[in-house]
Amino acid sequence: MSEGDGETTGVVKKFLFVNRKAPYGTIYALEALEVVLISAAFDQDVSLAFLDDGVYQLVSANNPAGIGMKNFSHTYRALDDYDITKLYVERESLTERGVSEDAFIVPVTVVSRAEMGHIMAAQDVVLSF
Amino acid sequence: MLHTVNKSPFASSTLTQCLNHLAAGAAVLLIEDGVYGATAGTGAGAQIASCLKRFPVYVLGPDLEARGISSNQVVEGVVTVDYTGFVKLVVEHDAVQSWL
Amino acid sequence: MAYEVNGKAVTADEEGYIVNLADWSEPLAEIIAKSESLDLTENHWEVIRFLREYYNEFQIAPAVRVLTKAIGKKLGADKGNNKYLYDLFPYGPAKQACKIAGLPKPTGCI
Repeated sequence: MSEGDGETTGVVKKFLFVNRKAPYGTIYALEALEVVLISAAFDQDVSLAFLDDGVYQLVSANNPAGIGMKNFSHTYRALDDYDITKLYVERESLTERGVSEDAFIVPVTVVSRAEMGHIMAAQDVVLSF
Repeated sequence: MLHTVNKSPFASSTLTQCLNHLAAGAAVLLIEDGVYGATAGTGAGAQIASCLKRFPVYVLGPDLEARGISSNQVVEGVVTVDYTGFVKLVVEHDAVQSWL
Repeated sequence: MAYEVNGKAVTADEEGYIVNLADWSEPLAEIIAKSESLDLTENHWEVIRFLREYYNEFQIAPAVRVLTKAIGKKLGADKGNNKYLYDLFPYGPAKQACKIAGLPKPTGCI
């Protein structure tokens, strides 16, 4: 373990973390968030995509105390401190689920399904959760 | 028979598959990610509303709260139960089928 | 391993991070610090309190560069730098301070 200050001068690649799972039914969402935070130490060009049930991860009213789970919704608000600011949410996924982007805990860019496809196509590395 | 559904209807067909098998005396209980199916104004919500004409539908309150779904977003007629209510439903029915 | 506070054992993992975050208290912080050969000054406490507030708000212990930047924003540039923080916590401002603050090991520390 080392505590570098993150000042590296390697190659910068475009990384996309694809979030497609609801937050509490499985461990995927929490694991993705942890990997994203760790990846910030590598100074790469990181984007996050939220589509399908992944859009539920950002709902600010999430409150899992009653089912005995940690409320990691708050942690999305720390992404800005980690210089991760590109969060894309798919509009069609919101519409299908009756979710409003006003309900989100952090500012996001809402894009169409077609635009999401282009964002995916433009990456060097895609990690799916 | 009490049927429980724990998968999001937007990620799997489990809710539809369950609803297609309901027979006399059936009741449906949505739990875990299954509670997303109770959201009014969605395709799944319409299926639940239609199911309610013949069968009672319940949803687990702590799972709704965990997912930030308030009671006014839930399809009208769906009954919210707590963990004690969950146990009562299990006791009241002869058997439970979990649609996983 | 475990720490002993007022005759009561507090369980920690093999690296010395306490297992149950609710076990933390200021006397425990003093005991963890002592086991790391540190005497806590008001400057240390400032960082410890900052970390605990950060954890309360975001549910994570920040990585070192995030901590450094955030301390700079809140307490001033003379404190938001590696030298100041490493002088206080020689084994790493994030890892060692988090241990004393009763938090998990920082997320994003590699």
